[in-house]
Amino acid sequence: MARAAITVIGAGPAGLAAAVCAAECGRRVVLVDENPLPGGQIWRAKKNLPAIETEPWRRRAQAAGVEWRTGCQAAQATPERLWLESAGEAETLAWEQLILATGARELLLPFPGWTLPNCCGAGGLQALVKAGLAIAGQRVVVAGSGPLTLAVAAYLQQQGARVLLVAEQAAPMQAAAAALLLFSSPARVRQAWRMRDALRGVEIQAGCWVEAAEGAERLQRVRLRRGRRRWSLECDYLACGFGLRPNSELGQLLGCALNAEAGLQVDRWQQTSVARIWCAGDASGVAGVEAALLAGQIAGYAAAGRQDLAAAFIARRDRQQRASRRLLRRLALRQELRRLAADDTWFCRCEDVPIGEAQAYASWREAKLQTRCGMGACQGRICGAAGRFLWGWEAAGVRPPIVPVRVGTLALTETGEAQ
Amino acid sequence: MAKPEAWDVAIAGAGIIGCACAAAAAEAGLRTLLIEAGVPGGGTTAAGMGHIVAMDDSPAQFALTRYSQQLWQQLAPELPRQVEYERCGTLWLAGDEDEWRLAAAKREAYRAQGVPAEMLDARALAAAEPHLRPGLAGAMLAPEDGVLYPPAAAKFFLDRARARGARLLAGECQRIEARGLRLRDGTQVAAGEVIIATGTRAAELAPGAAIAPRKGHLLITDRYPGRLHHQLVELGYLRSAHALSEDSVAFNLQPRLSGQILIGSSRQFGAATAEVEPAMLARMLQRAIEFMPGLAAMSCVRAWTGFRPATPDKLPLIGPVEDPPHVWLAAGHEGLGITTATGTAALLLAQLTGQAAAIPYTPYLPSRKTEAVLEHA
Ligand SMILES: Cc1cc2nc3c(=O)[nH]c(=O)nc-3n(C[C@H](O)[C@H](O)[C@H](O)COP(=O)(O)OP(=O)(O)OC[C@H]3O[C@@H](n4cnc5c(N)ncnc54)[C@H](O)[C@@H]3O)c2cc1C
Ligand SMILES: Cc1cc2nc3c(=O)[nH]c(=O)nc-3n(C[C@H](O)[C@H](O)[C@H](O)COP(=O)(O)OP(=O)(O)OC[C@H]3O[C@@H](n4cnc5c(N)ncnc54)[C@H](O)[C@@H]3O)c2cc1C
Repeated sequence: MARAAITVIGAGPAGLAAAVCAAECGRRVVLVDENPLPGGQIWRAKKNLPAIETEPWRRRAQAAGVEWRTGCQAAQATPERLWLESAGEAETLAWEQLILATGARELLLPFPGWTLPNCCGAGGLQALVKAGLAIAGQRVVVAGSGPLTLAVAAYLQQQGARVLLVAEQAAPMQAAAAALLLFSSPARVRQAWRMRDALRGVEIQAGCWVEAAEGAERLQRVRLRRGRRRWSLECDYLACGFGLRPNSELGQLLGCALNAEAGLQVDRWQQTSVARIWCAGDASGVAGVEAALLAGQIAGYAAAGRQDLAAAFIARRDRQQRASRRLLRRLALRQELRRLAADDTWFCRCEDVPIGEAQAYASWREAKLQTRCGMGACQGRICGAAGRFLWGWEAAGVRPPIVPVRVGTLALTETGEAQ
Repeated sequence: MAKPEAWDVAIAGAGIIGCACAAAAAEAGLRTLLIEAGVPGGGTTAAGMGHIVAMDDSPAQFALTRYSQQLWQQLAPELPRQVEYERCGTLWLAGDEDEWRLAAAKREAYRAQGVPAEMLDARALAAAEPHLRPGLAGAMLAPEDGVLYPPAAAKFFLDRARARGARLLAGECQRIEARGLRLRDGTQVAAGEVIIATGTRAAELAPGAAIAPRKGHLLITDRYPGRLHHQLVELGYLRSAHALSEDSVAFNLQPRLSGQILIGSSRQFGAATAEVEPAMLARMLQRAIEFMPGLAAMSCVRAWTGFRPATPDKLPLIGPVEDPPHVWLAAGHEGLGITTATGTAALLLAQLTGQAAAIPYTPYLPSRKTEAVLEHA
């Protein structure tokens, strides 16, 4: 058993900023993240090299004495304690104040062939490349929706991939309006220009989506659709994601209320509906890196009792969040995406449940009970979100563990004893 | 408004018990309506372990569980793949010499009732389940026990009932009336007979039914095909004989067809919410790890809880309530309702239609005097 004053879960931009600010106020801070290095999704380390953007935050964190728990997953929580698991060990950690900065994950939607090898999420492929997948010279189609697809396409192109096409499902007018919103802050302008450079010569089509992925053992081509036009494109990889959804499970376990975006509901100080728990970044609603950094600083100061310092960031955070929301509204998912899958398309890939079987049921609960969709290793992270989009299925409650962990980890008592 | 349809039988609650009764009633040619407030099979049935087990805590329990188990065996050829019925057998584990003697006595009790059972010494046990900790004294094997997936079994009965003309109505039964019952939304259901199969909530419709919710925890692992071959249960509970009022855990392990392993179980009275309680879960898992050390390193995906509908004497309530005359109970099956769903439906229908029953039903009549008995796993 270990004690901590302020515990931060997630070392992406939001969690890093929160940990730094709380620690600089003289508080003892423990920062927990499942990855080997800090940075979260956008600043994901490349092999063993941390992303350059994390450096200033990491240095400040070190100077302020933040304790790192990297490679460590939070799997279960009570109002007093967290159950943590890392490669070799399990422990429970007492917490007094908690800042949840668990980020978001991609929304994946089923279409024929989406589970073929070499088909993955947009951020998913980026993470694979950062982990060492050789992408140079490979033909890639990036598809789905949202700014992430452009960022990923730019990244892959920089890594030597041949990005054949970026397909944005939103209609051209909507996509163009959204693109303009990318220029809503100086930081965004810089990011947008960098992307523009990287994407020079890459075909970008709006109002375009993947209808099917095909191939014998692995992906060989995608079938595309734009308006009435249908065509095929030979490729080696498909990176396809339909936007981000908040990782709210840990907060839900602790009884935190959700907002309309299915993120954790927070007040102006990033405090959740539950005392002693704050949330910042994508976990409280997807809004991008700038908003995550600002919200993280507010949460860190507020948790340390320094609202006076937090106040300075509120107006900028609100502006960033409004801009992101406006952008994402433009990219609403089109109806056609609800009808892509065939009866034999996998709905739940953990439990091998096809669409045809799942959609026979009236609710998520009933489908889960009878087909066990959503009951496998990912616990419905993927198919649950898809079911919500496809059929309006309501989410079910969260049960521990929120990520698969060893039985021995949950066998730890509250005081962290094994026997 | 159209004249309300009159049913021969209205059944409140579509858990495995209500669904089995509906199938039996429809098969007997009765016009049957099944009423469910939530999702069919979504109550305690969804939380249960699905061990089809002959249990000999009392002669009456033994009779009902064994009879029910044989009915499951008869149904086996008709059960769809989703029910995952498998006759894997139970190993009742003896930790030491004392328990080995208990196991031998248990075998004699089984034999006396004509139920197959064999003894496995330490070496045979280690061969049968190599991942158990060394040093166990042995086990009694009950080869006719099995496992299944309860929600799919409930649906099997529901589909069977519907195929024979029964109907499922979504609604919450609020009270019994002279000619049927009334739903919360005001709907009147006219029925000659009413069967209350609402599990832990039976007393809301049948005041006086002594049923209390008894919370249990379970946890399921990722897939480990070939790791476990039998349902494993510790015999130790017989000696510790937990009092009814005390929280307890017992080692209980179930192989699923998927290769997953279901780890049980805990028993608690007075727990108000369905939340997974980390302390209780930890206690249960520690017990499991004592028996099978390798479990500690296995990956698990989900823990959950359920409420067993418990009666003071551990026997279900199957038969007419004292008053009014057209109301029947089929509830209070505690930790054995998946097993005894088949027998319950048969005994209740025999009483309701005035046919002969295959085993005596008097021990389960709601009018019996119930007394608290000692506890088991
Ligand atoms: C796959 C993916 C790729 C992305 N790539 C880009 C990109 O290239 N460009 C761009 O502009 N935006 C990208 N984004 C969006 C961007 O990451 C966010 O908008 C923003 O940076 C959010 O920061 P955050 O701190 O809220 O969360 P994140 O950066 O997501 O950080 C959350 C961290 O918490 C950790 N975590 C979560 N749960 C637990 C737990 N239970 N135990 C331990 N650790 C946990 C996660 O592993 C992660 O490291 C991506 C998002 C995703 C999901
Ligand atoms: C952890 C655990 C492990 C178990 N393991 C086993 C095992 O291995 N083997 C075994 O044989 N048994 C086991 N059991 C026991 C078994 O699950 C139960 O005995 C059985 O499911 C009871 O079924 P039921 O139909 O009576 O109750 P339920 O399944 O609860 O069904 C009652 C139904 O009635 C509905 N309802 C309630 N009130 C109303 C109303 N007013 N109007 C309309 N509908 C209503 C509910 O929504 C529910 O669907 C276990 C139980 C638990 C909790």
